[in-house]
Amino acid sequence: MLDAIRVYRIIGGARVRSDLQYRASFVLFTISQFTITALDFLAVLIVFSNVHALNGWTLGQVTFLYGMGNFAFGLADLFIGSIEYVQVDIRLGTFDRLLLRPASPLVQVLADRFSLRRLGKVAEGALVFAIGCGVAGIHWTVGRIALAALSILTGATIFSAIWVLTACVCFWWVEAREAQNALTYGGSFVAQYPIGIYGVWLRRLLAYTVPVAFVNYFPAVYILGRHDRLGLPMWASFASPAVAAISVAAAATVWRVAVRHYRSTGS
Amino acid sequence: MRLYAEVAKRSFRRWSTYRAATISGIFKNSVFGFIRASILVAVAHARPGAGGLSVKGFVTFSVLSQALTSYVGIFGDGDEISERVRTGDVVTDLYRPADFQLWWLAADVGRGVFQLLGRGLPIVAVGALVYGLQAPASIAACALFAVSLVAALLTGFGLRFLVALSAFWLFDTRGTRQLTDTLTMFFSGLLVPLSLFPAGLEHLGRLLPFAGLVQTPTDVFLGTVTGWDAVARVAFQFAWALALLAGGRYVMTSATRRVVIQGG
Amino acid sequence: MPVIETEDLGKTFRVRRRAGRLRRRVEEVVAVSGLSFAIEPGEMVGYIGPNGAGKSTTIKMLTGILVPSHGTVRVNGLDPSRKRIEVARQVGVVFGQRSQLWWDLPLVDSFELLRRVYRVEEPTFRSTLGELVELLELNELLEVPVRQLSLGQRMRGDIAAALLHDPPIVYLDEPTIGLDVVSKARVREFLASRNATRGTTVLLTTHDLDDIERLCQRVMIIDHGSLLFDGGLADVVERLGQERTLVVDLAAPAAPLTVPGARVVHVDGVRQRLAFKQSETSAAAVIAAVASAAEIVELTIEEPDIESAIRRLYELGLDQPDTGEGAPRVKIDP
Repeated sequence: MLDAIRVYRIIGGARVRSDLQYRASFVLFTISQFTITALDFLAVLIVFSNVHALNGWTLGQVTFLYGMGNFAFGLADLFIGSIEYVQVDIRLGTFDRLLLRPASPLVQVLADRFSLRRLGKVAEGALVFAIGCGVAGIHWTVGRIALAALSILTGATIFSAIWVLTACVCFWWVEAREAQNALTYGGSFVAQYPIGIYGVWLRRLLAYTVPVAFVNYFPAVYILGRHDRLGLPMWASFASPAVAAISVAAAATVWRVAVRHYRSTGS
Repeated sequence: MRLYAEVAKRSFRRWSTYRAATISGIFKNSVFGFIRASILVAVAHARPGAGGLSVKGFVTFSVLSQALTSYVGIFGDGDEISERVRTGDVVTDLYRPADFQLWWLAADVGRGVFQLLGRGLPIVAVGALVYGLQAPASIAACALFAVSLVAALLTGFGLRFLVALSAFWLFDTRGTRQLTDTLTMFFSGLLVPLSLFPAGLEHLGRLLPFAGLVQTPTDVFLGTVTGWDAVARVAFQFAWALALLAGGRYVMTSATRRVVIQGG
Repeated sequence: MPVIETEDLGKTFRVRRRAGRLRRRVEEVVAVSGLSFAIEPGEMVGYIGPNGAGKSTTIKMLTGILVPSHGTVRVNGLDPSRKRIEVARQVGVVFGQRSQLWWDLPLVDSFELLRRVYRVEEPTFRSTLGELVELLELNELLEVPVRQLSLGQRMRGDIAAALLHDPPIVYLDEPTIGLDVVSKARVREFLASRNATRGTTVLLTTHDLDDIERLCQRVMIIDHGSLLFDGGLADVVERLGQERTLVVDLAAPAAPLTVPGARVVHVDGVRQRLAFKQSETSAAAVIAAVASAAEIVELTIEEPDIESAIRRLYELGLDQPDTGEGAPRVKIDP
C-alpha cells in the first residue's frame, strides 16, 4: 500500500511537472473544466426556477446534496478517473510493459495519466458544497460537521471503487466504455438530486448494489435534519465508512481477478 | 452523386460493425434517459403543466433526446477530421477529386442513419417497454418530425465540421470541442428542456442553432408546437443548418489554402 | 545452477472465431508446447523462429506477463507468474517495437523515474547511468523528449533503461529492428561487452541472423510452438549445412522430380528445391538429371549458410515435401 502511494507520487509527479510546463494551457483547461461542471449546476438552478421544492427538498438542500456529491466525485475523478484509459492500454498492447516493472499495474495506469487539470471539477464541487453548507439552513453541530467532512472522503472512496469496478469490465469486453460511463458519470448524476425522485427499484439499486446513495444522500439526510431515509434505519446515515470499505474490497478483488484473467489469456 | 452515395453506404457499414460499442451505448443512453426522466417527472409532479408537458410527455422527451444524441453526434462521434489534420492524413482527402465537405457529409449521413436505426430506435424501444411513451401528436407531426430530423443531422454535421476545421489553425481541437459540447449540452435541451428555462434564457436558446439538434424535433413530435408554428420552427432549423454548412464551406477554402501554403 | 529453467512449458490460447453471423466458436490455439531448456548464468542465447512461432509468448511467460497453461518456468529459482515483482527486479527487458520510456518526457526523466520505481540507490545509479550513457552515446540526447528521438536513438535509450537497475538477466526482443547499419553495430558491440564484462545473461530474440552470428554461441530455434533445435551455433551449420540446394524454375509445374542423390524439399508452382550432399553427387549431375526430366527455365545453387541451414530445419519440421498447396510454408525474413 505504501509502495503504491510512493510509485503514484513519483510517476504522477512527473506528469504534473510536465503539465505545468505549459502553464497557460493548463490554466485555461482547468478553468474550462470548472465552467463546464458549473453549467451542470446551472441546470439545477433552472429546474428550481420552475418549482419550489423537489420531492420535498428545497433548492438550498439540493445545493448541499449536489455539492457533496460532486465534490466527492471530483476527488475520485482526480485520483482514480484515469483508470478508464486502461482499455486504451490493453487495446494498444502497452499494458504489458506495466507488468514488466516491479510495481502494481493499477497504480501505474493511474499515475501515468494523472491530470491536475481535473482540479477544475473538484473546485466546482467544493465551491457548490461550501455554498450549500451555507444556504441549506443546517443546524450545525460538531457531529454534523464531522459527518460532512468524513462523507466527502467516504464518498470519494465509493466513487473510486465504482470507477475501478466498471473499468475492469474492459478486460473481458473491450468496447464497453459507454456502459462504464453510464455507471460512473451516471452515478454522479443520480447523486445530484434526492434519491426519492427515482423509482423504487432504482432506489434499491443505489442503496444496495451501486451504493451511490451512501455517497451523499444518507449522510445529508441526517445533516439536514430530514427523515426520508427511504425506509432504512437511522444508522444508514453513518454507514458510509463501512460501505466504502466493502466497496474498496470488492474493487480490489475484481481488479486482481481481471489482471489474472489478462495474464492467462494474453492480449 | 453516385460517389457520395457510396461513401455514405460504406460509412453506414463501418459503423454497423461496432456492435459491442453500440449495445454499450444503448445501455448508457437508456440509463441517462431514465435519470433525466425521473428529474423531469419530479418537476411535473411538483408543478403540473410546467414546460407544457405531461408526465408522459417529459418521459418521452427524455427518451427521445437520449436517442437523438448519437444520431446528431452531440459528443463528437466520428471526429475524424481533426485527427487527420493532426497526423497530416487530411492531405490525401484534399487531393481527392471530390468535394471535401460533401465527402464528409456523406460519411456522416451514413453514420447518422446507422445511429438512428441501430441505436436510437432500440433506445426508444427500451423506453417504450419500460415506461410507455407518448404517441406523436398527429400524422402531420410525424411527417414534420422526419423533416426536422434531417435538419438536425445537417445542423450537427455543420457544427462538428466547423469545430474540426479549427484543427487547421489550432491543432488541438479539444478546447473548441469542449466549448461546443458544453453549449450543445446546455442549449439543445438535452440537460433540461428549453421550455423549462427562465424566459430570457429560453429566448436565447431558441435563437441558437443547438436547439435544432434535439429540442426542435422533439417539440414537433410531442406536439408542443403545432401547425404553422411548427413549420416555422423547422424552417428556422433548416436556416441554421444551411448557414452552418455555408460557413463551413467558407472556412474550408481558407483552410485548404493554408494547407497548400504550409506544404501539407 | 541455471538462471532460467523451463520444463515442458506450454501455452494454449482459447480464441473465439466467428462461425456464421451470430455464433462464435471457441478454438484452441497452441502457441507453445513442450518447451524445456536451461540457461546458465552468463550465457548469450539467440532465440529464433518465424513470425508466430511462439517467441514472444515464451518471453511473456518468462517475465510473468503471461501465465503458462502447463509446465514450469523458474527464473533465478522464482516462478514469474507468482512472484512477478521479485522477478521484475532481476530482469531487464527491451521490446524492439514498444518502448519502456515515457513518450513525452525527456530521456533523463524516464531514467530518473525508473531509478525510483526500481529503488536503485543514488550513488550506484549515478555510476551505472554514467557508464551506460557513455557506452551508448546518449550524452546529447538526455534532455530530448523521447518522442523526438529517432528509432536508433530511442532503442539505445530503451537498452539503457533496461539496464539501469543492473539486472543479471536481460531479454531483448528484436532490439535491432529498423536500425541502420551503424546503430546495429553499436548495439551489438554494447551487448557483447556487457556480457563479457558483467556476465549478464542475455536472451536475444531476433530475425536478424547477423545479430545471432555476431553475438550468440548458442541458439534455440522454435517453430509452431516447439523447440526444433537447441545447441551451439556452429552445430546448426555443421549438422544441417552439409547440403547444397539446387533451385530450379521449370517451364511448367510438375510433380516432385525424382533425381538420384537428391531429394525435393519444396515445390511451389514451377519452382522446386532439391537438396543434395556434395559427398554423394555433384551439382552437374543433379542439373543434368533434372534437365532430362523437365524443361528448366532458370536455376541457382545455394550454398550452406545459417539461413539455409535454418530454413532446412523448418523444412525438416514437417515430414513430406509438400506441393505448395494448403500447408503454409515458413521463411526466415532476413
